[in-house]
Order: sequence, then C-alpha cells, then structure tokens
Amino acid sequence: MLIPVFLASSAVGAITAILALLISVTDKVVNNYGEVTIDINQGKRQLKVKGGAPLLFSLAEVGIYVPSACGGRGSCGACKVKVTSDVGPHLPTELPYMNKEETQENVRLSCQIKLKKDITIQIPESLFNIKRYTGTVEKIRNVTHDIKEVYIRLDEPKEIDFLAGQYVQLMVPPYDKIKEPTERAYSMSSRPSDRNHVELLVRLVPGGIVTTYVHTRMKEGEKVTVTGPFGEFHVRETGATMLCVAGGSGMAPFKSILYDMVEKGKTDREVWYFFGARTKKDLFYLEELQQLETQWPSFHFIAALSEPQPEDDWKGETGLITQVLEKYLTTQIDRSKPMEGYLCGSPGMLDACIAVMKKFQVPPDKIYFDKFA
Amino acid sequence: MSPQIAPLSLFFASIFTSNILLANFLGMCSFISISKDYTSSNGLGLAVTVVLTITGVVNWAVLHYILYPLGLYYLRFIVFIIVIAAVVQILEMVIDRLSPALYMTLGIFLPLITVNCAILGAVLFIEIRNYTLGQSAIFSLGSGLGWWLAIASLAAIRKKVDKAPVPAGLKGPGITLITIGFMAMAFIGFSGMLQVQ
Repeated sequence: MLIPVFLASSAVGAITAILALLISVTDKVVNNYGEVTIDINQGKRQLKVKGGAPLLFSLAEVGIYVPSACGGRGSCGACKVKVTSDVGPHLPTELPYMNKEETQENVRLSCQIKLKKDITIQIPESLFNIKRYTGTVEKIRNVTHDIKEVYIRLDEPKEIDFLAGQYVQLMVPPYDKIKEPTERAYSMSSRPSDRNHVELLVRLVPGGIVTTYVHTRMKEGEKVTVTGPFGEFHVRETGATMLCVAGGSGMAPFKSILYDMVEKGKTDREVWYFFGARTKKDLFYLEELQQLETQWPSFHFIAALSEPQPEDDWKGETGLITQVLEKYLTTQIDRSKPMEGYLCGSPGMLDACIAVMKKFQVPPDKIYFDKFA
Repeated sequence: MSPQIAPLSLFFASIFTSNILLANFLGMCSFISISKDYTSSNGLGLAVTVVLTITGVVNWAVLHYILYPLGLYYLRFIVFIIVIAAVVQILEMVIDRLSPALYMTLGIFLPLITVNCAILGAVLFIEIRNYTLGQSAIFSLGSGLGWWLAIASLAAIRKKVDKAPVPAGLKGPGITLITIGFMAMAFIGFSGMLQVQ
C-alpha cells in the first residue's frame, strides 16, 4: 500500500524538481543583464550596478534613496524619476500616478522600471543627501490617546542634516501576518539643531502596518531604521506672513519649524498657527505653544475643536479648522501683507484649506504641503 | 497500437481539417480576446506554437518513460500541467528578455497559456491516439501552427470588420462569434479530405 504512494509522490516530486532546476537555470542565464551604468544628472554621477532589478532598489543599493512610502510595490507613486534614455512605454502600473506633463517628460516610477540596459536619469540634487540611518528608540511617550511621540537616537551615521519640515521613512520589521519590512513616511518634529536624534509623531491608523507596530510593539531600546530626509516642505525665506494649518499628527513639522525659527532668531516674522482637533483629548503641546506665544509676540497659536464635549469646558475656538481660518483671515490677519500657506494633515483637510486660502488671494504656488497617501 | 498515418497527412490534418481551434474548439478565450490586435495575435500564435511543440514532445516522453513504466498513468493530468506550466514560465522569461514590447502586449495572456485548453487538449489527443514520438512532434507542431493560423486570420478579418457597418447590437463579441462560426464551417468543410484519429 505504501509503496505506490511513495512512488507516486517521489515521481511527481522528481519531475517538479527537474523542471524547477531548469527554470532557475534559465532565470540565471536570461535575466543576467550584466553590469548596467546609471548616469545621473548628465554625468554628475555614473554608477555601475548589476542589471535586472528595479531602478529604485538598484539606486538604494548604492546609497541613493528615492522617496518611496510603499517600499516599491507601486502603490504610493512617490518614487518618480525622470528618465532621459529609452526604457520603453509607460507600464499600466505607472499610468495612474502620472499627469499629462509627466507622461510627456518620461517621468517614471522607479520601482516599476527594470534595469535592462544603460540608463540616464535626472533626480533632484537633494536626493544625494539622503542616507539610511540605524538608530535606537530612546523614548516613547503618549501625547494623546492615539498619538505617540517617538524619540530616536541615530547610531550610524550619527548625524542628520535636514530642513525643519522635512520627513523621514521609518522601517519596521515583519510581524504577525506582515512578511516583509515595511516603510512609511513621518515628518520630523525634532529641531534640525538636535543633529543626532529624530523625533516622530505617530498617530494610530486602524489597520495601518507601521502605526500599529509603533503603538503595540515598539519598545524603548529597540533598533530601528530610518531613511531621509525627504520632502519639499520647509519654510521659504521670504518674510511673508505664514499661515500654518495642521491637524492631528500634522503637528510634527510645525513643532520642528517653530522651534527652529526661535533658535535661529527669526521671530520678527508673523506666524499664525491653526491647529484642529475633534475634542480636548486630541489636543497636545498646548502649554509649550502658549509658552512660545509669550516669548514671540508675532506668533499666534489658535487651537480649534470641531466636536467639543461638555466635560471639555472648552473656551477657545470651535468648528472646522477651515471655518476658523476663514474667520481669522476676515477679522484678524492683515491681508495687505504677502501671505504664504503651510499645511500638514489629511488630504481632505489640505484641499479644504487650499480652497479657503485661494479665496483670500494666497497665491497657489505659495501654498506648501507634502501629500503622503 | 500507434495509428498508421503518413507524417505529411498528419501535419496538414492538424493544421487544417482537424484545426485545434476551429474543429475542436479548444483555446477559445485568448483566441477571442487577443484577436483584437493583429500584432499581438501573431506573437501569441508563435508563443502557443512553441509551447505546444515542446510540451507535446516532453509530455510524450514523460508519459512513455516515466508514467507507463511506473504504473502512474493516473497522475497524467497533474504531470502534464506541471510540465506545461514550467515551459510557459521559461518562455515568459525569454520573451521578456528578447521582446519587452511583445511581453507587454501579451500581458496576462502569456502566463495564461498554461491553462490554454488547446495545449492540454493536444497533449491528451497524443495520449488517447497513441501517437509515436515522431507523430507527437508533427501533431503538436501542426496544432500549434493551426492555432496560429486561426488567430491570425481572425485578427485580420476583425480588422476589416472594425470598419464595416455592423449593427450596434452585434458589435464586439457578437460579430466576432459569428465570424468564428463561418471560419469553423470553412475549416470543417475540408474534413472529408483528411481525417486523423
């Protein structure tokens, strides 16, 4: 009885093994593209890498980190790179993330392009500054019921050079059903002068891979990997009135920006900071920011609750943050001076704020934000 | 016992009178969907021909040298499919390397050759009809070419039909199926001349 079973399974097994061997041999032979040269910014840098892998990963191997919030799965559209040599038409996986100009200029998702031959690309110079850091979680603190402040000491390299407002990507190891390390983008709330630390504010997103990890598993003393700095969100040195609007963990870049301005003595600039939350338990850093108001006369902090509870005993502004912004733009803010918008929050909040700012003649190209989605 | 049949007759029969698509109606899904475009039809036709020829021969060898001697005849379906899947996998890598454009146009239909009924169907014909190795090779090559001929002709006809004043309700799959019906009649019309069993 046992012999036929054994015979059958070993015969099928042997056939499968031979075929698998054949496939892997073909893979080795066919997918061997040899050494490929990546030419960056017209000869600024010439890299020799092994062909066959996606451009994003090949660049990361040699220390150039193109932003990627999804880790190369083609679902965030962040890893755009302008390709100036021929790599074939856009793939169906790229098209949803491209607008018309980008398609014409041959902007591509670097995670979707397989390196098969020499390639020339153009990337912003700032990407050369991006490094991958290993660090240790020094402190985790609850700032609200669903936002944690994570303070990370950088071990290797030890120092980071960034502009207040930029973000890093935090990588967490595989856990439970998540089989691969996962990266997500978080704005740094630490000051640029604190060069060997980064601080992140992580709000628990139901079902979020990284936020769930940070909220339920991350321990002080744990080793983590962060990559950065990324992003075009930083203060423009113009002297215009700054209209800052944030909600929830969107507090992070403004904490960094405001303390950075104080440190650098740029307190002659007028800054209005609107912070929106649902109820009082979603508010944080109130004391610190009120403290800042006393030492910086032209800084104004306005917190608003959209659903104040009776027990909150809230005496401040109420309503959606856009309504509060509109109210202040109508009554308090001197609109004869030039104004700039700085936004950080959910995509819905961003769109609503942009609409209000446009209504009050803030030029659309002077409204700054980073959209992570 | 292997049937006595002249190699040339078998070859032409498998292309024309016993066309795998239009006389046996195997491999219809990709036939209908890919035939929208003439270039991809040719590409897929070539791919199916290559896969069919290789798997026909390999599966004959597996059947005669492994499954029959070991008394594992009942495992034939699973083994045939494994062999087909592996050959398709290899072909996929080769096409991706040699012609990325063809790889793109074939898209999902390339891996789906694995489950193309024409391929397993031809292999099972080889088994039922007890072909010799030589006959299997001729038959599978012929069937592949027949499949290619059918899809290429349908694609060419559809190119014409696209410009024809087809009634709105029949546009697309409707008129395509009618076209296929006429093609099948024409192919089956030859069946009196040659028959393979």
